[in-house]
This record gives sequence, structure tokens and C-alpha cells, in this order.
Amino acid sequence: MADTNVSAAEHDVGLKHHFDDSGQQYESATLGMWVFLLTEIMFFGGMFGSYTVYRNLYPEAFASTSRFMNLTLGATNTAVLICSSLTMALAVRSARLGAKKKLIFFLVSTLILGIVFLSIKYVEYHEKWVDHHIPGPGFHYDLPQYYHQAQILFFLYFAMTGMHALHMIVGAGLLTTLIVMASRNRFSAQWNTPVDMIGLYWHFVDIVWIFLFPLLYLIGNH
Amino acid sequence: MSTTLPRPQIEAVNYLNVDYSWKSWLFTTDHKRIALLYLFSITAMFGIGGVFAGLMRLNLLFPDGLFQHDTYNKFFTMHGIVMVFFFLVPSIPATLGNFLIPPMIGARDLAFPRINLLSWYIYIAGAIITIVAILHGGVDTGWTFYAPFSSSYSNTHVILAAIGIFIAGFSSILTGLNFIITVHKMRAPGMTWGRLPLFVWAHYATSLIQVLGTPVIAITLVLLGFERILHAGIFDPNLGGDPVLFQHLFWFYSHPAVYIMILPGMGVVSEIVPCFSRKGAFGYEFIAASSLAIAVLGFLVWGHHLFVAGQSMYASMVFSFLSFFVAVPSAVKVFNWTATMYRGSISFETPMLYAFGFIGLFTIGGLTGLFLATLAIDVHVTDTYFVIAHFHYVMVGGMVLAYLGGVHFWFPKMTGRLYPENLARLAAVIVFVGFNLTFFPQFILGYLGMPRRYATYAAEFHTLNVFSTAGATILGVGYIMPLIYLSWAWFKGPRSPQNPWGAKGLEWEQSPTPPPTYNFDVPPVVTEPAYNYAGEVDDGGH
Repeated sequence: MADTNVSAAEHDVGLKHHFDDSGQQYESATLGMWVFLLTEIMFFGGMFGSYTVYRNLYPEAFASTSRFMNLTLGATNTAVLICSSLTMALAVRSARLGAKKKLIFFLVSTLILGIVFLSIKYVEYHEKWVDHHIPGPGFHYDLPQYYHQAQILFFLYFAMTGMHALHMIVGAGLLTTLIVMASRNRFSAQWNTPVDMIGLYWHFVDIVWIFLFPLLYLIGNH
Repeated sequence: MSTTLPRPQIEAVNYLNVDYSWKSWLFTTDHKRIALLYLFSITAMFGIGGVFAGLMRLNLLFPDGLFQHDTYNKFFTMHGIVMVFFFLVPSIPATLGNFLIPPMIGARDLAFPRINLLSWYIYIAGAIITIVAILHGGVDTGWTFYAPFSSSYSNTHVILAAIGIFIAGFSSILTGLNFIITVHKMRAPGMTWGRLPLFVWAHYATSLIQVLGTPVIAITLVLLGFERILHAGIFDPNLGGDPVLFQHLFWFYSHPAVYIMILPGMGVVSEIVPCFSRKGAFGYEFIAASSLAIAVLGFLVWGHHLFVAGQSMYASMVFSFLSFFVAVPSAVKVFNWTATMYRGSISFETPMLYAFGFIGLFTIGGLTGLFLATLAIDVHVTDTYFVIAHFHYVMVGGMVLAYLGGVHFWFPKMTGRLYPENLARLAAVIVFVGFNLTFFPQFILGYLGMPRRYATYAAEFHTLNVFSTAGATILGVGYIMPLIYLSWAWFKGPRSPQNPWGAKGLEWEQSPTPPPTYNFDVPPVVTEPAYNYAGEVDDGGH
């Protein structure tokens, strides 16, 4: 048994000892990543579920918060993330083709777009801070009849976009790791599973934002 | 003490003696060593949870209580948190499942060995934080953390305990994820889905719940923690929030979680019963499918915890109906185990005694579950000792007995040693007697109206509470006995032959005892159905 493993490892770069061949290893990684994304859907699902309950309870109050959301920045961020998904997809393609320079270029582009998103998000959070829209003792709302209900929306706003931003930060860390690995020639046309897996993660985080944007920014008339 | 047992060639290199350094344990990626790390960790947590149970029973020896009422609140909370999140949820999957799934399906390891090790470290981190919360004075909300008490009123360490549980949840998710991928992608040639041991089927179903349910409790605890800090009102009715939403989110995980706790036990019993009946599992397909059915239906019944919480009557009726429905696959299993034993060649080794205990006690626990699924009766017995007795019959009478049965059944596999059989049989009987004496009186107490979670009770309930505490003492003896003789047997017990029970299954028949690091000397090929005790010849796929 040991002999077959050693010879297999010589032929397949990155093959771990407990797999028979790199096909099995790649399929395991892919399925594992999809199951992980399933857990992420359930994780965000708890917040989307809570949002749905309260939006049904307080539709007018929720709609009234739209005028305090910065639609321009939100829409810009949506565009930034969609572009970052494109560069990520191109990075995966470059990795499969074994084009190292292109791979690094697209990974760096994705990382920059991610940082742009987080910077814009920071500006938005700062606006909320200035406007006293952070839930808690200092919360203030211009429409007193909706004070409590709007506070719940802003609580959910910060929980949902905050969790999303946390996932973006983790993604930026993962991208940095990929860039370092790529510059050290760790990937080849034969073995580039991490690029593929982190690509799936990045697209997932993008899609979460695609749902967050209309639910938080576009529910009222502007 | 000299024994004349034949000495098998045990001194071959196996996963235990390959390396003795502490680094080889703390940095191992071998699923068998990680299983043992989990085994020691959850045994320690079981001890902590058990001490709290003992303190509760001590308090309830007296109608006026013994401890401060606030202290008693902390006892039952810490008992629940430790037992549910740090013993019952990881118990069989993280130990026996971790150890046995790869050899059972003919794999060298789980699909992601490093993630497997990571899950243990995450578990330890969660456990340490929870222990810190205990040492700082504990929590008094009950293990259910109901809002707004937990978010606004409790003055105890709610956030710290919630962080501990939040972290431990990821350990559970990673274990489940690892099992799903392993069962899909790592099976040996010939190990078709129709030949998978029922233990593996049960763990597959468990893993689905872990992966789909645990993230929801994670985000629920996050929301609870922020609500406790900010008081924004998401679960506070004074501020426009809905406390029942918290209960919905909580039970969306925590009801399926009871199937995380019982399904692996059913898997263990499905292995033990055919082995000691010397017969194939009756209705293999039905037992396998009923595991999946329990996992799916388990996600649709959480509302039966909210019958008196102000949920819509129509929702309650639907949840009541679905709760009855989940009894069907559970009953299928009980009938099939019974039919497996029918006209079998039954012997009464310790694992089989635990399996008998499991079947009987789980049946009582399951049938009283139907009482609770009935709307009108539930209104009468909600939050009484009837509920306590019901779920302890499933969680202790079911899961803990299956766990002990499984630990005895695979003890020779894990250690290469045999345990003292008669002493173990005695311990199994003591556990059974102690358990029933502890919890059967609680059915009566609950039906007579004794509420749960109170430090004191009316004098008329005194006698039955004394019975219950006496039973808990006996049960404690029954738990300590295996701890002692299994520890002794690990070092001093007689050497085990390759397959001491004459059991079927790759882990017994083709993997050496104890297994080498990669489980098999020769890569296995499967040519017969599971539990082929009759020695039938399979045509190799129909």
C-alpha cells in the first residue's frame, strides 16, 4: 500500500495520502465546499428569516428607513462586487490554463475590488454613526412613531451587512494567501483546487449582497 | 494474573504504538487518535454535567431545597448546557463515528483529516470558554436562553456561555461536513450505498442535521448577544420585538438537534443487534431510509415546543400532526430491531444488554413523546417533570445507553484489549435500574403537576423525589464502574483477538485490531451485503 501511495504522490502534485487519485481529491474538495456554502446559507438564513418576520409586522416603518440609506453608495458597491465576481471567475480560468501572471493579476484585481467595497461600506457605517442610526442607547429616528420598529431594522441592517462584511474580510485574507501561493508557483494547470474553492466562496459572498441590497436599500420610495 | 488466552501478534505497528510523543497526539490527523481525544474530552464534560445533575438531585431531596434558589437555577442551566452541547451532540459521532466510519467504508481516513483535528480544537476552545463561564458564576437562563430574560434581565454570564456554544457549534458542523463528504467520496470498491453499515447511514443522516441546523443556532446566539449589549429590542416586546421569534429560531436547531443526539445511538444499536442475534438486519432498507426520514421530518416539528408560547392555533395543529408523523420512522426502527432478534441466536454480552435497554427505554421515551405531541395533553404537562422524564428517557435511556453499548462493543477494536465481561454486565444492569428509579417517578410527578426548574416543591411530592435522588445515586455508580474497569482494561486487560465478537463488517473482518494508521494492510474490496451473518452469496450487484 505504501508503495502505491508514494508513486501516486510523485505523479500527482498536491495529492494527500488518504486519497486514491487526484480526481477523488478534487471531487471531495468541491463537494465539501458546496456543503460548507450550504451551512453559510443557513447561517444567513436565520437573519433573512428574522427580517421577513419583522418586515411583515412593520411594513410602513421598514419602508420609511429607505430614505436614510445611501442608495448611491449601495448601488456602487453592488457594481463593485459584480465586477469582483468577474475578475474572480477570470482568475479561476487563468489558474486552469496555468497562466501564472494572469492569475496573479486577476487575484489582485479581485482583492482591490473587495477592499473598495469594504472602504465604501466603512463610509456608509460612518454616516450611520453621524446620523445616530446605530441601534442602542444613542439611537435617534426622525419619525418618532416608527422609533422602535426602525431600530429593529437598523439592528438587522448592521447584523446582516456586518456579517457580510466579516465574510468579505475573511475572503480578502484568503485572496492574499492565494496571491502569495501563486507567486511562489504553487499552482499549475494540473493542481489549482484552492483557487477554485475560494472562487466559490467569493461568489457566494457576492450573492448574499445581491439579496441584501434590494431588501435593505430599495424597500421604500426614494 | 496469568491467562492462557492465545496471544495474537499484537505487537505489530498500530495507530496507538506508532508514536508515543505528545506531539504525535496533539498534531495527529489520524481519525482514530482524534476520536480518542474527543473520547477523553467528552468524558470530562460528562463528569462536569453529571456533577451538576447530582447537585440538583441533592437539592430536590428536600421539599424546601438545600441551596439558594438562584444557585439551583444555575445548576440546571449548566447541567443542560454542558450535557447537550458538550456531551450529547458530539458524543457518538465525534468518538465512535470518527473512529469507525473510515474503516467501515474501507477508507484510509476521513476526507479532510486536518479539518477533523481542527474540529477538536474548536470543541476544546468552546468547552474552555464555557468552563470559564461556569467558574465565574455560571448562567441561570436554562439551556434554552429564552429571551427577553436572557437578553435583558439575567445578571449572569449569558454572553460568555453563548460564545462557548457558538464556537462548539462549528466543531459539530465540521464533523458533519467531513462525514458527508467521506461517505460520498471515500467508499472502497464494492461498498455500494446498499451495502453501507446502518451505523454509517445513521451518521449520514445526523450529519445532514448538523450541517443544516447548527448554523441557525449560531446566528441566533449572535443576535441574542448583540441584543444583550445594545437592547435594540429585536426579542423584547416592550420595544416592538417578538420573543417568540427567538423561540422559533432556537428550536429550529434545537429540535432537530435531539435527532443529532439519538440517530447515532440508533446506528450503534443497528450494529449490535444483528451481531448478537447472529442474523442479518431485518428490513435493512427500511432502517436506512428511516434514518433519513427522521432527519428530514425532524426539521418540520420544532413548533411543538411553542404550543403554549402564543403561536397560532393552526400552526400548532400542523406541528402536532407532523410530530406524530415523525414517530413512524422511529417505530419502524424499533420493529425492525425486534424482528432482527426474532428467531435469532441471541447471546447476552454487555453491548447487547445495553441495546436491550436502549430499545425498551427509547420506546417509553418515544411513546411519551406522542403524549406531548397531543395538543391538549401538552397544555396540561408543559414545563412539568413529565417533559423532563420524557426527554431523559430518550437522551439518557436512549443515547447514553447506546453510547455505553457502543464503547463496550468497539472497545477491543480501539484498544486491542478485552474488558471484564461479568463486571460490565453488572454495570449495565446497575445503569438500567438506576436510570429507571431516577426518571420513572418523574413521569408521575409531572403528571401530578410538579413544575420543572423550581428549587422547591410541595410536600406531597417528597417520596417520589427521594426515589428519584436514590436512583440518581445508583446511576452514578453505574457510570463510574465502566470508567474504572475500562481504564484498567486499557492497560491490563487480556489481548483481544482480531474479531472477538465474530462480527461482520470491514472494521472487524479486514482491519487489524487495533488498526494501523491507514486502517488496512490490504486495500479492501467488498463482495457481500452488510450483516451477512447467514453467509449468503451475493451476485455482486443485481
